[in-house]
Amino acid sequence: MSTPPPALPAIVEASPLRRFAAEFAASRVALGAAVLLAAILFAALFAPLLSPQDPYDLATLDIMDSKLEPGARGAAGARFLLGTDEQGRDLLSAILHGLRISLGVGVMATLVAMAFGTLTGLASAWFGGRFDALLMRIVDLQLSFPAILVALVLLAVLGQGVDKVVLALVIVQWAYYARTVRGSALAERNREYIEAARCLALPAWRIVLRHLLPNCLPPLIVIATVQVAHAIALEATLSFLGLGMPITSPSLGLLIANGYTQLLSGKYWISFFPGIALVLTIVAINLVGDQLRDVLNPRLSR
Amino acid sequence: MSAGPASSSAAQAVPLLELRGIERRFGRPLDLAARIANRLGADIDAQVVHAVDSVDLALATGEVVGLAGESGCGKSTLARIAAGILEPGRGERLWQGRPVAAMPRAERIATELKVQMIFQDAFASLDPRMRVDDLVAEAPLAHRLIRRAEKDALVDTTLRQVGLDPSAKRRWPHQFSGGQRSRIGIARALAVRPELLVCDEAVAALDVSIQAQVLNLFMRLRDELGLTYLFISHDLGVIRHLADRVLIMYLGRIVESAPTAELFAAPNHPYTRALLAEVPTLAQRRRSYQPVRGEIPSPLAPPPGCHFHPRCPHAMPRCAVEAPALKAVAPGRQSACHLNDAT
Ligand SMILES: Nc1ncnc2c1ncn2[C@@H]1O[C@H](COP(=O)(O)OP(=O)(O)OP(=O)(O)O)[C@@H](O)[C@H]1O
Ligand code: SF4
Ligand SMILES: [Mg+2]
Repeated sequence: MSTPPPALPAIVEASPLRRFAAEFAASRVALGAAVLLAAILFAALFAPLLSPQDPYDLATLDIMDSKLEPGARGAAGARFLLGTDEQGRDLLSAILHGLRISLGVGVMATLVAMAFGTLTGLASAWFGGRFDALLMRIVDLQLSFPAILVALVLLAVLGQGVDKVVLALVIVQWAYYARTVRGSALAERNREYIEAARCLALPAWRIVLRHLLPNCLPPLIVIATVQVAHAIALEATLSFLGLGMPITSPSLGLLIANGYTQLLSGKYWISFFPGIALVLTIVAINLVGDQLRDVLNPRLSR
Repeated sequence: MSAGPASSSAAQAVPLLELRGIERRFGRPLDLAARIANRLGADIDAQVVHAVDSVDLALATGEVVGLAGESGCGKSTLARIAAGILEPGRGERLWQGRPVAAMPRAERIATELKVQMIFQDAFASLDPRMRVDDLVAEAPLAHRLIRRAEKDALVDTTLRQVGLDPSAKRRWPHQFSGGQRSRIGIARALAVRPELLVCDEAVAALDVSIQAQVLNLFMRLRDELGLTYLFISHDLGVIRHLADRVLIMYLGRIVESAPTAELFAAPNHPYTRALLAEVPTLAQRRRSYQPVRGEIPSPLAPPPGCHFHPRCPHAMPRCAVEAPALKAVAPGRQSACHLNDAT
């Protein structure tokens, strides 16, 4: 506070991204969560390189290593940091791969649901009338059922498979996006910049995609972040119940389910560590999402 | 301002833009409570605002037409219909004598580009997520008026034309001042080579000193590009300064049309006289505009006959029954008042 700072035209000059980053980092918790999330994403992305073992190459597994405690050495002398499961699989490697599968499914489902929900929401707001009324009744109906129930029924009908899990997650999630986008689009479409675009005789698709959509995006990004966490949790629940991912793609939920029977016999780590990974991932995403909402919101009410 | 090329000769020619019998209502559909009440025997009508009521309007090439009237009388609605943003409920829009609605698609789009609107709130009229050069060049590119390689040249010349430094073209709208944003809006309109600018309170949101600069810009552009203007303002001082001809609007109808000098020297319609009696001074300018004595009647239930009769000092029995038509009262002058029939 000794020298007064020089007058800063830089505040006006600062790119929106810079300002955004500074505001985001203002919360230590959120910053920590963002770092953790980055680490998780990194681990998931490079799981095959980071894992000490390929957990699904049966040739590398040794049944003698079955259910080793965290930190124990296996028959071949390798150390298992987080222990092993029933089949003698290194849990750390299994978790890294499981993380990759869980995140992959969650992100994929969220992206598809967001794309589909956003387009329907935009169309609903733009065309209005009966089309809008019909779509919004479908959305209401969809949202009035608990997501887990809808997903369970869908998977019971569709059967198992990665694609089916993604499809089920998309079906239970698109409605959130449709409703949110419709809400912001209805407010935005009466703004004068849309009138200006119409005055310039721009085609409707261009007005909707180039002007309306970008201005409806900030609340969507927030929802999408939180929905990835929902999707991951939902997928874990489904997999835990045996209706989700197939054995060939063991997600975190499936790992937890596998170790579940061992819990009572004291072999806690087989379920515990995948559970920790799942919780950390979900909490980190939610914290980042909350901070995103706080940072993006004031700018919405410009 | 010099009297523009709009004199008797231009007035005889085919108007650049003509509106015929334009009508626009806004309905507020009944809410649930009212519908239930109606089921139970109540008699609640859907509320309808007659924002614009059978308006005829012709703009000659090169003319600057001012449009004035109290708040809520339908100026913005008429402006948006003239600019092609809003569909009229009834009536016809003609460009150089040809109905726009009947034109083939490509021609209709070309025509819509000839009429551009300048908005009151320049900031709100600029997409906050687009940089200035994209704002200005979007429409010319989308309509293939220019090729992509010509974008920079177009943006630079257009920005210079409105008095902005082209080196700022990669900035966002929020990085400019109010006056600069106005200029960006004008540049965006000019980029599609319009012939008619519809300015709806285009300077009302600006500081008085900036207002003068932007008004001068409009007049310079008129000289340089031969533009025609429909200039809406509740500020009669601005209109007097700018317009060749003035239209006075009251509750959805045009009640008087006259060359500016004549209107200010000898207003014909009692409403115009009342308006002029209280031309707002500089200090009052920014207050809400309601200079004439008496309440503005609700546009939901306009008085029958002459809409002005409850406030008119000359009202006669006939005025409450029969709506006066807009008729010629002198060469180049029209007025809608029964007093003109007396003599
Ligand atoms: N989209 C709309 N929906 C319902 N009513 C409307 C709509 N637009 C305008 N109106 C009504 O139509 C009438 C005329 O409005 P308009 O905006 O054209 O008036 P104005 O002369 O521009 O007023 P101001 O000087 O306040 O801008 C008003 O009573 C207004 O409430
Ligand atoms: S028609 Fe009658 S009420 Fe209307 S302005 Fe003329 S004198 Fe007044
Ligand atoms: Mg208005």
